[in-house]
Amino acid sequence: MKKIIAAFVLVSSTSLLAQTGSLNESVKRGKIVYNKVCLSCHMADGGGVPHLNPPLIKTSYVLGDKKMLIGIVLNGMTDRVPIEDEYYSNNMAPHNDLSNQQIADVLTFIRNNFGNKASAVTVAEVNAVRNKKK
Amino acid sequence: MRKKIIAVCLSALIGVLHINAQVAIQNIRVSSEQDKTIKLPEGFTASKIADGYGRVRHIAVTPQNGIYVKLSKLYNGKGILYFKNAEGYGKFEVAASFGNYIGTGIAVKGNYLYASSDEEIFRYKLNEKGEVVNPENPEKIVTGLLNRHQHESKSITLDNAGNIYVNIGAYSNACQEKDRTKGSPGMKPCPILDSAGGIWMFKADKLNQKYAEGIRYATGLRNVVGLDWNTETNSLFVMQHGRDQLHDLFPDLYDTKQSAELPSECLYELHQGSNCGWPYIYYDHLVNKKIIAPEFGGDGKKSTDDYNTPIVAFPGHLAPNGLLFYTGNQFPEKYKNGAFIAFHGSWNRAPEPQEGYYVVFVPMKNGKPNGKWEIFANGFAGKDISPRGAEHRPCGLAQGPDGSLYVTDDTKGTIYKISYKKP
Repeated sequence: MKKIIAAFVLVSSTSLLAQTGSLNESVKRGKIVYNKVCLSCHMADGGGVPHLNPPLIKTSYVLGDKKMLIGIVLNGMTDRVPIEDEYYSNNMAPHNDLSNQQIADVLTFIRNNFGNKASAVTVAEVNAVRNKKK
Repeated sequence: MRKKIIAVCLSALIGVLHINAQVAIQNIRVSSEQDKTIKLPEGFTASKIADGYGRVRHIAVTPQNGIYVKLSKLYNGKGILYFKNAEGYGKFEVAASFGNYIGTGIAVKGNYLYASSDEEIFRYKLNEKGEVVNPENPEKIVTGLLNRHQHESKSITLDNAGNIYVNIGAYSNACQEKDRTKGSPGMKPCPILDSAGGIWMFKADKLNQKYAEGIRYATGLRNVVGLDWNTETNSLFVMQHGRDQLHDLFPDLYDTKQSAELPSECLYELHQGSNCGWPYIYYDHLVNKKIIAPEFGGDGKKSTDDYNTPIVAFPGHLAPNGLLFYTGNQFPEKYKNGAFIAFHGSWNRAPEPQEGYYVVFVPMKNGKPNGKWEIFANGFAGKDISPRGAEHRPCGLAQGPDGSLYVTDDTKGTIYKISYKKP
Protein backbone atom coordinates (compact mmCIF):
# COMPACT_ATOMS: atom_id res chain seq x y z
CA MET A 1 0.00 0.00 0.00
CA LYS A 2 2.71 2.40 1.00
CA LYS A 3 4.45 1.65 -2.25
CA ILE A 4 1.35 2.49 -4.20
CA ILE A 5 0.98 5.82 -2.40
CA ALA A 6 4.65 6.58 -2.91
CA ALA A 7 4.36 5.76 -6.60
CA PHE A 8 1.24 7.89 -6.87
CA VAL A 9 2.93 10.84 -5.18
CA LEU A 10 5.93 10.43 -7.46
CA VAL A 11 3.79 10.29 -10.61
CA SER A 12 1.58 13.20 -9.70
CA SER A 13 4.46 15.43 -8.65
CA THR A 14 6.33 14.64 -11.86
CA SER A 15 3.31 15.49 -13.96
CA LEU A 16 2.86 18.68 -11.95
CA LEU A 17 6.48 19.54 -12.59
CA ALA A 18 6.04 18.72 -16.25
CA GLN A 19 2.98 20.93 -16.39
CA THR A 20 4.74 23.86 -14.72
CA GLY A 21 7.64 23.32 -17.06
CA SER A 22 5.42 23.41 -20.10
CA LEU A 23 3.65 26.51 -18.79
CA ASN A 24 7.00 28.26 -18.43
CA GLU A 25 8.03 27.13 -21.89
CA SER A 26 4.78 28.33 -23.36
CA VAL A 27 5.13 31.71 -21.60
CA LYS A 28 8.67 32.02 -22.93
CA ARG A 29 7.57 31.32 -26.50
CA GLY A 30 4.52 33.52 -26.04
CA LYS A 31 6.66 36.50 -25.09
CA ILE A 32 8.44 36.32 -28.45
CA VAL A 33 5.09 36.31 -30.27
CA TYR A 34 3.83 39.17 -28.06
CA ASN A 35 6.86 41.37 -28.77
CA LYS A 36 6.53 40.79 -32.49
CA VAL A 37 2.78 41.02 -32.98
CA CYS A 38 1.09 42.67 -30.00
CA LEU A 39 3.51 45.07 -28.32
CA SER A 40 3.26 47.96 -30.76
CA CYS A 41 -0.40 48.52 -29.79
CA HIS A 42 -0.76 46.96 -26.34
CA MET A 43 2.66 48.27 -25.19
CA ALA A 44 5.54 46.50 -23.44
CA ASP A 45 3.76 46.62 -20.07
CA GLY A 46 0.43 45.38 -21.45
CA GLY A 47 -1.13 48.69 -20.42
CA GLY A 48 -2.41 49.60 -23.88
CA VAL A 49 -3.10 53.20 -24.89
CA PRO A 50 -5.83 55.18 -23.14
CA HIS A 51 -8.96 55.46 -25.34
CA LEU A 52 -7.27 53.76 -28.32
CA ASN A 53 -5.90 50.29 -27.54
CA PRO A 54 -7.25 48.35 -24.54
CA PRO A 55 -5.06 47.21 -21.65
CA LEU A 56 -4.39 43.53 -21.00
CA ILE A 57 -3.93 43.96 -17.27
CA LYS A 58 -6.47 42.06 -15.18
CA THR A 59 -9.36 42.78 -17.52
CA SER A 60 -12.35 40.46 -17.80
CA TYR A 61 -11.52 39.91 -21.47
CA VAL A 62 -8.07 38.55 -20.67
CA LEU A 63 -8.92 36.59 -17.51
CA GLY A 64 -12.41 35.43 -18.54
CA ASP A 65 -13.78 33.08 -21.19
CA LYS A 66 -10.85 31.61 -23.10
CA LYS A 67 -12.99 30.87 -26.18
CA MET A 68 -13.84 34.55 -26.53
CA LEU A 69 -10.23 35.55 -26.05
CA ILE A 70 -9.03 33.07 -28.69
CA GLY A 71 -11.79 34.33 -30.99
CA ILE A 72 -10.52 37.92 -30.67
CA VAL A 73 -7.03 36.91 -31.74
CA LEU A 74 -8.37 34.86 -34.68
CA ASN A 75 -11.04 37.31 -35.87
CA GLY A 76 -9.78 40.68 -34.64
CA MET A 77 -12.07 43.15 -32.95
CA THR A 78 -13.96 46.01 -34.52
CA ASP A 79 -16.90 46.17 -32.08
CA ARG A 80 -16.94 49.12 -29.82
CA VAL A 81 -17.68 47.62 -26.43
CA PRO A 82 -16.68 48.89 -23.01
CA ILE A 83 -13.75 47.13 -21.37
CA GLU A 84 -13.88 47.81 -17.63
CA ASP A 85 -16.08 50.85 -18.39
CA GLU A 86 -13.76 52.41 -20.96
CA TYR A 87 -14.15 52.51 -24.74
CA TYR A 88 -11.27 51.99 -27.15
CA SER A 89 -11.30 53.41 -30.69
CA ASN A 90 -8.79 51.44 -32.72
CA ASN A 91 -9.70 48.32 -34.66
CA MET A 92 -7.74 45.17 -33.94
CA ALA A 93 -6.68 43.13 -36.97
CA PRO A 94 -7.38 39.39 -37.15
CA HIS A 95 -4.26 37.33 -36.48
CA ASN A 96 -5.35 34.03 -37.99
CA ASP A 97 -2.00 33.78 -39.76
CA LEU A 98 -0.51 32.77 -36.39
CA SER A 99 -0.36 29.00 -35.72
CA ASN A 100 -2.47 27.38 -33.01
CA GLN A 101 0.71 26.92 -31.02
CA GLN A 102 1.64 30.61 -31.33
CA ILE A 103 -1.82 31.73 -30.27
CA ALA A 104 -1.85 29.31 -27.32
CA ASP A 105 1.60 30.55 -26.29
CA VAL A 106 0.88 34.26 -26.60
CA LEU A 107 -2.40 33.99 -24.69
CA THR A 108 -0.74 31.87 -22.01
CA PHE A 109 1.95 34.56 -21.78
CA ILE A 110 -0.62 37.35 -21.49
CA ARG A 111 -2.67 35.44 -18.89
CA ASN A 112 0.45 34.92 -16.78
CA ASN A 113 2.08 38.31 -17.14
CA PHE A 114 1.27 41.97 -16.49
CA GLY A 115 0.01 40.98 -13.04
CA ASN A 116 -2.36 38.35 -14.47
CA LYS A 117 -2.60 34.81 -13.12
CA ALA A 118 -4.83 32.45 -15.06
CA SER A 119 -4.77 29.01 -16.61
CA ALA A 120 -2.81 28.27 -19.75
CA VAL A 121 -4.43 28.28 -23.17
CA THR A 122 -3.81 24.99 -25.00
CA VAL A 123 -3.32 24.25 -28.67
CA ALA A 124 -6.44 22.05 -28.51
CA GLU A 125 -8.51 24.97 -27.22
CA VAL A 126 -7.29 27.23 -30.03
CA ASN A 127 -7.89 24.49 -32.56
CA ALA A 128 -11.46 24.00 -31.34
CA VAL A 129 -12.29 27.71 -31.78
CA ARG A 130 -10.58 27.88 -35.17
CA ASN A 131 -12.47 24.82 -36.46
CA LYS A 132 -15.78 26.04 -35.14
CA LYS A 133 -15.28 29.25 -37.09
CA LYS A 134 -15.05 27.42 -40.41
CA MET B 1 -38.07 76.85 22.18
CA ARG B 2 -34.84 74.94 21.81
CA LYS B 3 -36.51 72.41 19.57
CA LYS B 4 -37.80 75.23 17.39
CA ILE B 5 -34.33 76.73 17.05
CA ILE B 6 -32.92 73.36 16.11
CA ALA B 7 -35.71 72.88 13.59
CA VAL B 8 -35.05 76.29 12.04
CA CYS B 9 -31.32 75.61 11.97
CA LEU B 10 -31.94 72.23 10.37
CA SER B 11 -34.21 73.60 7.69
CA ALA B 12 -31.71 76.38 6.98
CA LEU B 13 -29.00 73.77 6.68
CA ILE B 14 -31.14 71.66 4.38
CA GLY B 15 -31.79 74.78 2.31
CA VAL B 16 -28.06 75.41 1.99
CA LEU B 17 -27.45 71.78 1.06
CA HIS B 18 -30.22 72.00 -1.50
CA ILE B 19 -28.72 75.09 -3.12
CA ASN B 20 -25.32 73.41 -3.18
CA ALA B 21 -26.81 70.39 -4.86
CA GLN B 22 -28.08 72.63 -7.66
CA VAL B 23 -24.58 73.89 -8.35
CA ALA B 24 -23.41 71.01 -10.48
CA ILE B 25 -19.69 71.62 -10.30
CA GLN B 26 -17.66 72.14 -7.16
CA ASN B 27 -14.58 74.19 -7.79
CA ILE B 28 -11.29 72.43 -7.42
CA ARG B 29 -8.75 74.71 -5.79
CA VAL B 30 -5.44 75.16 -7.56
CA SER B 31 -2.35 77.04 -6.57
CA SER B 32 -1.95 80.13 -8.74
CA GLU B 33 1.80 79.97 -8.29
CA GLN B 34 4.18 79.33 -11.15
CA ASP B 35 4.27 75.68 -12.29
CA LYS B 36 7.99 75.05 -12.62
CA THR B 37 7.53 71.55 -14.06
CA ILE B 38 6.75 73.24 -17.38
CA LYS B 39 9.97 74.25 -19.13
CA LEU B 40 9.70 77.40 -21.26
CA PRO B 41 11.99 79.90 -23.00
CA GLU B 42 13.37 82.76 -20.90
CA GLY B 43 10.78 85.27 -19.76
CA PHE B 44 7.83 82.85 -19.99
CA THR B 45 6.04 81.35 -17.01
CA ALA B 46 3.28 78.76 -16.73
CA SER B 47 0.67 78.43 -14.02
CA LYS B 48 -2.27 76.11 -13.56
CA ILE B 49 -5.56 77.95 -13.61
CA ALA B 50 -7.71 74.82 -13.28
CA ASP B 51 -7.00 71.20 -12.50
CA GLY B 52 -8.84 67.93 -12.07
CA TYR B 53 -11.69 68.22 -14.58
CA GLY B 54 -10.83 65.06 -16.51
CA ARG B 55 -10.72 64.90 -20.26
CA VAL B 56 -10.48 68.57 -21.15
CA ARG B 57 -10.07 68.73 -24.93
CA HIS B 58 -10.31 72.02 -26.85
CA ILE B 59 -10.58 75.48 -25.33
CA ALA B 60 -11.98 78.86 -26.40
CA VAL B 61 -11.50 82.18 -24.64
CA THR B 62 -13.95 85.11 -24.94
CA PRO B 63 -12.87 88.74 -25.42
CA GLN B 64 -13.99 89.19 -21.78
CA ASN B 65 -11.43 86.54 -20.72
CA GLY B 66 -14.00 83.85 -19.93
CA ILE B 67 -12.87 80.31 -20.72
CA TYR B 68 -14.97 77.55 -22.30
CA VAL B 69 -13.66 73.99 -22.51
CA LYS B 70 -15.13 70.90 -24.19
CA LEU B 71 -14.88 67.57 -22.37
CA SER B 72 -14.67 64.12 -23.94
CA LYS B 73 -15.94 62.58 -20.71
CA LEU B 74 -18.83 64.17 -18.85
CA TYR B 75 -17.89 65.87 -15.60
CA ASN B 76 -20.81 65.72 -13.16
CA GLY B 77 -23.02 65.03 -16.17
CA LYS B 78 -21.83 68.05 -18.18
CA GLY B 79 -19.72 68.30 -21.31
CA ILE B 80 -18.88 72.03 -21.37
CA LEU B 81 -17.38 74.02 -18.52
CA TYR B 82 -17.24 77.81 -18.32
CA PHE B 83 -14.53 79.38 -16.15
CA LYS B 84 -14.62 82.99 -15.13
CA ASN B 85 -12.11 85.27 -13.46
CA ALA B 86 -12.76 84.97 -9.75
CA GLU B 87 -10.71 87.76 -8.28
CA GLY B 88 -8.65 89.62 -10.77
CA TYR B 89 -6.39 88.07 -13.33
CA GLY B 90 -4.97 84.60 -12.88
CA LYS B 91 -7.62 82.99 -10.78
CA PHE B 92 -10.54 81.22 -12.37
CA GLU B 93 -13.49 79.25 -11.14
CA VAL B 94 -16.29 77.29 -12.78
CA ALA B 95 -19.20 79.68 -13.26
CA ALA B 96 -21.39 77.41 -15.40
CA SER B 97 -21.53 73.88 -16.80
CA PHE B 98 -23.90 72.60 -19.46
CA GLY B 99 -24.28 70.33 -22.49
CA ASN B 100 -24.94 66.64 -21.87
CA TYR B 101 -22.75 65.43 -24.73
CA ILE B 102 -19.08 64.53 -24.99
CA GLY B 103 -16.84 65.93 -27.73
CA THR B 104 -13.71 67.85 -28.64
CA GLY B 105 -14.46 71.00 -30.64
CA ILE B 106 -15.22 74.42 -29.16
CA ALA B 107 -14.91 77.94 -30.59
CA VAL B 108 -16.08 81.48 -29.87
CA LYS B 109 -16.96 83.68 -32.83
CA GLY B 110 -18.96 86.89 -32.70
CA ASN B 111 -21.91 86.47 -30.37
CA TYR B 112 -21.87 82.68 -30.38
CA LEU B 113 -20.17 79.76 -28.72
CA TYR B 114 -19.83 76.74 -31.03
CA ALA B 115 -19.30 73.23 -29.68
CA SER B 116 -19.24 69.77 -31.24
CA SER B 117 -20.15 66.27 -30.20
CA ASP B 118 -18.71 63.41 -32.26
CA GLU B 119 -21.71 63.67 -34.62
CA GLU B 120 -23.11 67.20 -34.41
CA ILE B 121 -22.27 70.89 -34.04
CA PHE B 122 -24.25 73.22 -31.78
CA ARG B 123 -24.16 76.93 -31.10
CA TYR B 124 -25.10 78.94 -28.04
CA LYS B 125 -25.94 82.66 -27.98
CA LEU B 126 -23.62 84.77 -25.85
CA ASN B 127 -24.59 87.95 -24.02
CA GLU B 128 -22.49 91.12 -23.78
CA LYS B 129 -20.45 89.51 -20.98
CA GLY B 130 -19.58 86.55 -23.20
CA GLU B 131 -21.81 84.23 -21.18
CA VAL B 132 -24.18 81.64 -22.63
CA VAL B 133 -27.75 82.92 -22.44
CA ASN B 134 -29.64 79.65 -22.79
CA PRO B 135 -27.33 76.74 -21.99
CA GLU B 136 -29.98 74.02 -22.25
CA ASN B 137 -31.31 75.11 -25.65
CA PRO B 138 -28.52 75.40 -28.20
CA GLU B 139 -29.19 75.65 -31.92
CA LYS B 140 -28.17 72.56 -33.86
CA ILE B 141 -26.06 73.75 -36.82
CA VAL B 142 -24.85 70.46 -38.28
CA THR B 143 -26.17 66.93 -37.71
CA GLY B 144 -25.48 63.37 -38.85
CA LEU B 145 -21.68 63.49 -39.16
CA LEU B 146 -20.08 60.09 -39.47
CA ASN B 147 -18.84 58.49 -36.25
CA ARG B 148 -17.38 55.07 -36.87
CA HIS B 149 -15.41 55.11 -33.62
CA GLN B 150 -11.94 55.54 -35.05
CA HIS B 151 -10.80 59.18 -35.38
CA GLU B 152 -14.28 60.15 -34.28
CA SER B 153 -13.64 63.55 -32.71
CA LYS B 154 -14.92 66.58 -34.60
CA SER B 155 -12.73 69.65 -34.30
CA ILE B 156 -14.07 73.01 -35.46
CA THR B 157 -12.89 76.45 -36.50
CA LEU B 158 -14.53 79.41 -38.25
CA ASP B 159 -13.45 81.90 -40.91
CA ASN B 160 -14.50 85.56 -41.08
CA ALA B 161 -17.06 84.97 -43.82
CA GLY B 162 -19.69 83.01 -41.88
CA ASN B 163 -18.38 79.48 -42.48
CA ILE B 164 -17.54 76.75 -40.01
CA TYR B 165 -15.01 74.01 -40.82
CA VAL B 166 -15.15 70.55 -39.25
CA ASN B 167 -12.81 67.61 -39.43
CA ILE B 168 -14.36 64.25 -40.26
CA GLY B 169 -11.63 61.71 -39.56
CA ALA B 170 -11.22 58.54 -41.59
CA TYR B 171 -12.43 55.44 -39.76
CA SER B 172 -9.33 53.60 -40.87
CA ASN B 173 -5.56 53.61 -40.65
CA ALA B 174 -4.60 53.29 -44.30
CA CYS B 175 -7.84 52.41 -46.15
CA GLN B 176 -7.00 48.72 -46.43
CA GLU B 177 -9.80 46.28 -47.24
CA LYS B 178 -9.29 45.02 -43.68
CA ASP B 179 -8.16 47.79 -41.35
CA ARG B 180 -4.69 47.37 -39.82
CA THR B 181 -4.37 43.86 -41.23
CA LYS B 182 -1.08 42.63 -42.64
CA GLY B 183 -1.40 41.64 -46.28
CA SER B 184 -4.77 43.32 -46.81
CA PRO B 185 -4.60 45.51 -49.94
CA GLY B 186 -5.36 49.22 -50.08
CA MET B 187 -8.63 50.24 -51.72
CA LYS B 188 -8.34 52.58 -54.70
CA PRO B 189 -10.37 54.68 -54.92
CA CYS B 190 -10.69 54.75 -51.15
CA PRO B 191 -14.46 54.62 -50.46
CA ILE B 192 -14.04 56.34 -47.10
CA LEU B 193 -13.21 59.66 -48.74
CA ASP B 194 -16.81 60.36 -49.81
CA SER B 195 -17.92 60.93 -46.23
CA ALA B 196 -14.74 61.20 -44.13
CA GLY B 197 -10.99 61.71 -44.33
CA GLY B 198 -11.28 65.44 -44.92
CA ILE B 199 -12.53 68.86 -43.84
CA TRP B 200 -16.14 69.81 -44.49
CA MET B 201 -17.42 73.39 -44.66
CA PHE B 202 -20.87 74.42 -43.42
CA LYS B 203 -22.70 77.71 -42.86
CA ALA B 204 -22.20 78.92 -39.31
CA ASP B 205 -25.76 80.27 -39.01
CA LYS B 206 -27.92 77.66 -40.78
CA LEU B 207 -29.73 75.05 -38.72
CA ASN B 208 -29.74 71.25 -39.14
CA GLN B 209 -27.31 71.02 -42.03
CA LYS B 210 -26.38 67.52 -43.22
CA TYR B 211 -23.65 66.28 -45.56
CA ALA B 212 -25.70 67.33 -48.59
CA GLU B 213 -25.66 70.97 -47.47
CA GLY B 214 -21.98 70.93 -46.59
CA ILE B 215 -19.01 71.13 -48.93
CA ARG B 216 -16.12 68.71 -48.82
CA TYR B 217 -13.61 71.54 -48.54
CA ALA B 218 -10.45 69.41 -48.54
CA THR B 219 -9.79 65.68 -48.79
CA GLY B 220 -7.01 63.14 -48.31
CA LEU B 221 -6.60 63.93 -44.62
CA ARG B 222 -6.54 60.84 -42.42
CA ASN B 223 -7.41 62.63 -39.20
CA VAL B 224 -7.18 66.23 -38.07
CA VAL B 225 -7.61 67.32 -34.48
CA GLY B 226 -5.76 70.67 -34.43
CA LEU B 227 -6.95 73.26 -36.94
CA ASP B 228 -7.07 77.07 -37.05
CA TRP B 229 -8.03 79.88 -39.38
CA ASN B 230 -4.99 82.01 -40.18
CA THR B 231 -6.13 85.65 -40.31
CA GLU B 232 -2.86 86.80 -41.91
CA THR B 233 -3.31 84.59 -44.99
CA ASN B 234 -7.10 84.32 -44.60
CA SER B 235 -6.90 80.55 -45.05
CA LEU B 236 -7.40 77.31 -43.16
CA PHE B 237 -4.46 75.41 -41.67
CA VAL B 238 -4.66 71.90 -40.25
CA MET B 239 -2.37 69.40 -38.57
CA GLN B 240 -2.79 65.83 -39.80
CA HIS B 241 -2.28 62.73 -37.67
CA GLY B 242 -0.27 60.48 -39.99
CA ARG B 243 -0.85 56.77 -40.47
CA ASP B 244 0.35 54.10 -38.03
CA GLN B 245 2.11 50.74 -38.20
CA LEU B 246 4.46 50.85 -41.20
CA HIS B 247 6.66 48.18 -39.58
CA ASP B 248 3.81 45.99 -38.30
CA LEU B 249 2.24 45.86 -41.74
CA PHE B 250 5.40 45.93 -43.88
CA PRO B 251 8.29 44.58 -41.80
CA ASP B 252 10.34 43.93 -44.93
CA LEU B 253 10.22 47.61 -45.94
CA TYR B 254 10.44 49.41 -42.58
CA ASP B 255 12.37 48.57 -39.41
CA THR B 256 11.04 49.70 -36.04
CA LYS B 257 13.20 52.85 -36.05
CA GLN B 258 11.91 53.97 -39.46
CA SER B 259 8.39 53.09 -38.39
CA ALA B 260 8.74 55.27 -35.28
CA GLU B 261 10.00 58.26 -37.26
CA LEU B 262 7.64 57.95 -40.25
CA PRO B 263 5.39 59.19 -41.62
CA SER B 264 5.70 62.91 -40.84
CA GLU B 265 3.01 64.71 -38.91
CA CYS B 266 2.13 67.50 -41.34
CA LEU B 267 0.96 71.11 -41.21
CA TYR B 268 -1.06 71.88 -44.34
CA GLU B 269 -2.54 75.07 -45.70
CA LEU B 270 -5.88 74.23 -47.32
CA HIS B 271 -8.04 75.82 -49.97
CA GLN B 272 -11.27 74.53 -51.40
CA GLY B 273 -10.45 71.37 -53.35
CA SER B 274 -7.12 70.65 -51.62
CA ASN B 275 -6.10 66.99 -51.59
CA CYS B 276 -3.38 65.95 -49.13
CA GLY B 277 -3.13 62.41 -50.47
CA TRP B 278 -4.18 60.04 -47.69
CA PRO B 279 -4.29 57.04 -47.98
CA TYR B 280 -2.28 56.86 -51.21
CA ILE B 281 0.82 58.72 -50.01
CA TYR B 282 2.54 59.90 -46.87
CA TYR B 283 5.19 62.56 -46.31
CA ASP B 284 8.78 61.71 -45.35
CA HIS B 285 10.51 64.69 -43.72
CA LEU B 286 13.90 62.91 -43.85
CA VAL B 287 13.97 63.07 -47.66
CA ASN B 288 11.30 65.79 -48.13
CA LYS B 289 9.21 63.67 -50.47
CA LYS B 290 5.66 62.47 -50.87
CA ILE B 291 6.13 58.72 -50.71
CA ILE B 292 3.70 56.20 -52.23
CA ALA B 293 2.08 54.25 -49.38
CA PRO B 294 3.08 50.56 -49.32
CA GLU B 295 -0.60 49.48 -49.53
CA PHE B 296 -0.72 51.24 -52.91
CA GLY B 297 2.40 49.88 -54.56
CA GLY B 298 5.03 51.84 -52.65
CA ASP B 299 8.37 50.42 -51.59
CA GLY B 300 9.29 53.10 -49.05
CA LYS B 301 11.15 55.10 -51.73
CA LYS B 302 8.90 55.69 -54.73
CA SER B 303 7.58 59.24 -54.61
CA THR B 304 5.10 61.45 -56.43
CA ASP B 305 4.60 65.16 -57.14
CA ASP B 306 0.82 64.86 -56.84
CA TYR B 307 -1.12 66.16 -53.84
CA ASN B 308 -0.54 69.07 -51.43
CA THR B 309 2.91 69.54 -49.97
CA PRO B 310 2.99 70.22 -46.24
CA ILE B 311 4.04 73.66 -44.97
CA VAL B 312 5.98 72.02 -42.10
CA ALA B 313 6.63 68.32 -41.44
CA PHE B 314 7.36 66.96 -37.97
CA PRO B 315 8.58 63.53 -36.78
CA GLY B 316 6.06 60.70 -36.79
CA HIS B 317 3.25 59.86 -34.38
CA LEU B 318 3.58 62.95 -32.14
CA ALA B 319 -0.21 63.40 -32.40
CA PRO B 320 -0.87 67.11 -33.01
CA ASN B 321 -4.11 67.87 -31.17
CA GLY B 322 -4.05 71.67 -31.04
CA LEU B 323 -3.07 74.41 -33.53
CA LEU B 324 -3.08 78.15 -32.88
CA PHE B 325 -1.75 81.11 -34.83
CA TYR B 326 -0.55 83.68 -32.33
CA THR B 327 -1.88 87.18 -32.97
CA GLY B 328 -1.37 88.68 -29.51
CA ASN B 329 0.93 91.48 -28.42
CA GLN B 330 2.15 90.05 -25.10
CA PHE B 331 4.80 87.66 -26.47
CA PRO B 332 7.99 88.90 -28.21
CA GLU B 333 7.81 89.92 -31.88
CA LYS B 334 9.07 86.58 -33.24
CA TYR B 335 5.89 84.85 -32.04
CA LYS B 336 3.55 87.09 -34.01
CA ASN B 337 1.60 85.10 -36.65
CA GLY B 338 3.63 81.98 -35.83
CA ALA B 339 2.03 78.62 -35.08
CA PHE B 340 1.80 76.90 -31.73
CA ILE B 341 1.12 73.17 -31.95
CA ALA B 342 0.11 71.01 -28.98
CA PHE B 343 1.48 67.50 -29.47
CA HIS B 344 -0.53 65.01 -27.43
CA GLY B 345 2.39 62.54 -27.58
CA SER B 346 2.99 59.27 -29.39
CA TRP B 347 2.01 55.65 -28.81
CA ASN B 348 2.88 54.15 -32.18
CA ARG B 349 6.65 54.49 -31.69
CA ALA B 350 6.85 51.35 -29.50
CA PRO B 351 9.16 49.50 -29.04
CA GLU B 352 11.22 52.68 -29.66
CA PRO B 353 10.91 55.42 -27.01
CA GLN B 354 7.78 57.59 -27.17
CA GLU B 355 7.98 61.25 -28.20
CA GLY B 356 5.91 64.42 -28.08
CA TYR B 357 3.90 65.51 -25.03
CA TYR B 358 5.00 69.11 -25.63
CA VAL B 359 3.97 72.36 -27.30
CA VAL B 360 5.98 73.38 -30.36
CA PHE B 361 6.39 76.82 -31.90
CA VAL B 362 6.96 77.50 -35.62
CA PRO B 363 7.98 81.09 -36.47
CA MET B 364 5.93 82.10 -39.53
CA LYS B 365 5.27 85.00 -41.84
CA ASN B 366 2.42 85.07 -44.36
CA GLY B 367 1.69 81.42 -43.67
CA LYS B 368 5.24 80.22 -44.39
CA PRO B 369 7.85 79.27 -41.80
CA ASN B 370 10.66 81.81 -41.47
CA GLY B 371 12.76 79.81 -39.03
CA LYS B 372 13.10 76.32 -37.60
CA TRP B 373 10.43 74.87 -35.35
CA GLU B 374 11.33 74.52 -31.69
CA ILE B 375 9.93 72.93 -28.57
CA PHE B 376 8.26 75.82 -26.72
CA ALA B 377 6.76 74.17 -23.63
CA ASN B 378 7.84 70.80 -22.29
CA GLY B 379 7.57 68.76 -19.09
CA PHE B 380 3.82 68.00 -19.21
CA ALA B 381 4.35 64.23 -19.13
CA GLY B 382 6.61 64.19 -16.08
CA LYS B 383 9.07 61.30 -15.75
CA ASP B 384 7.17 58.63 -17.65
CA ILE B 385 6.98 59.67 -21.32
CA SER B 386 4.29 57.22 -22.39
CA PRO B 387 0.60 57.48 -23.21
CA ARG B 388 -0.45 55.74 -20.00
CA GLY B 389 2.28 57.04 -17.72
CA ALA B 390 2.22 60.70 -18.75
CA GLU B 391 0.90 62.95 -16.01
CA HIS B 392 -0.46 65.46 -18.50
CA ARG B 393 -0.88 65.44 -22.27
CA PRO B 394 -1.23 68.75 -24.17
CA CYS B 395 -4.40 68.89 -26.24
CA GLY B 396 -6.06 72.26 -26.86
CA LEU B 397 -4.69 75.77 -27.35
CA ALA B 398 -6.25 79.22 -27.08
CA GLN B 399 -5.13 82.81 -26.87
CA GLY B 400 -6.47 85.11 -24.17
CA PRO B 401 -7.44 88.75 -24.79
CA ASP B 402 -4.27 89.82 -22.97
CA GLY B 403 -2.13 87.68 -25.30
CA SER B 404 -1.57 84.84 -22.83
CA LEU B 405 -1.50 81.29 -24.21
CA TYR B 406 -3.76 78.63 -22.70
CA VAL B 407 -2.95 74.92 -22.95
CA THR B 408 -5.33 72.14 -21.92
CA ASP B 409 -4.48 68.62 -20.78
CA ASP B 410 -6.96 65.80 -21.35
CA THR B 411 -5.44 63.33 -18.91
CA LYS B 412 -6.07 65.10 -15.62
CA GLY B 413 -8.01 68.06 -16.90
CA THR B 414 -5.47 70.75 -16.19
CA ILE B 415 -5.59 74.17 -17.85
CA TYR B 416 -2.28 76.03 -18.04
CA LYS B 417 -1.81 79.73 -18.65
CA ILE B 418 1.51 80.74 -20.21
CA SER B 419 2.51 84.39 -19.92
CA TYR B 420 5.51 86.46 -20.87
CA LYS B 421 7.35 89.20 -19.05
CA LYS B 422 10.53 90.73 -20.43
CA PRO B 423 13.38 89.45 -18.24
